[in-house]
Amino acid sequence: MDQQEVFTKVVGILKPFVKAPEALATVSMETSVLKDLKVNSARLVDVVLEIEDTFGIAVTDAQADSVKTVGDAVNLILAAKA
Amino acid sequence: MTFGPLSLEDVLALVPQQRPFRFLDRIVSMNESHAVGEYTFRDDETFYQGHFPGNPVTPGVILIETMCQTGLVALGIYLLGLESPRDEVAQTVTLFTECEVEFERVVKPGDTVRVSAEKLYWRRRKLKSTVVLSLADGTSVAKGTVAGMGVRRDG
Repeated sequence: MDQQEVFTKVVGILKPFVKAPEALATVSMETSVLKDLKVNSARLVDVVLEIEDTFGIAVTDAQADSVKTVGDAVNLILAAKA
Repeated sequence: MTFGPLSLEDVLALVPQQRPFRFLDRIVSMNESHAVGEYTFRDDETFYQGHFPGNPVTPGVILIETMCQTGLVALGIYLLGLESPRDEVAQTVTLFTECEVEFERVVKPGDTVRVSAEKLYWRRRKLKSTVVLSLADGTSVAKGTVAGMGVRRDG
């Protein structure tokens, strides 16, 4: 699975939780999940669980805390799948 | 680190909500995956004065709160108690994050309701549960999913 494929899936996972849908039009690896997409921090657990199910990986709390941008999530997934 | 399970009496004592915003009289059963609680709506609950004058009906938001106090607050205390010392549990409150609930019947003053909750997930102090609210005779009143997150209380 290449970076673009993971990126597309991560954006799809985030989409139901995004409170600033206009930001999706310019979403990139540098887009902040909380600041730009305005995802409610209380929903991050749901995002992590969805990532675990979709990609068949386990995400520790420390790893989840390190994710600030869409790219952070993509890179975490790629590293776990490597 | 793990800790022994809190007793049902301990969990009930640690529920921070008190009258007139306490909607849990008794915990019937509880373990790592489910909780059952009961509450009897008193005739003198303050909200009956306005909802509705001369025709008291328990507000839906109060029924959601009732489901949350068993399915999120009490169950969350039990689950947190398995991984944290009691004083830390006592310093934690559960804040409501989201819910989806459907109502089928009304609840009147004097009715005893039972909340049956099943844990969907408990992760990073966020608890999501399915909840079913029923009358004492088993008649279903409401059901849905509720979620909340444990945070340290200020002060």
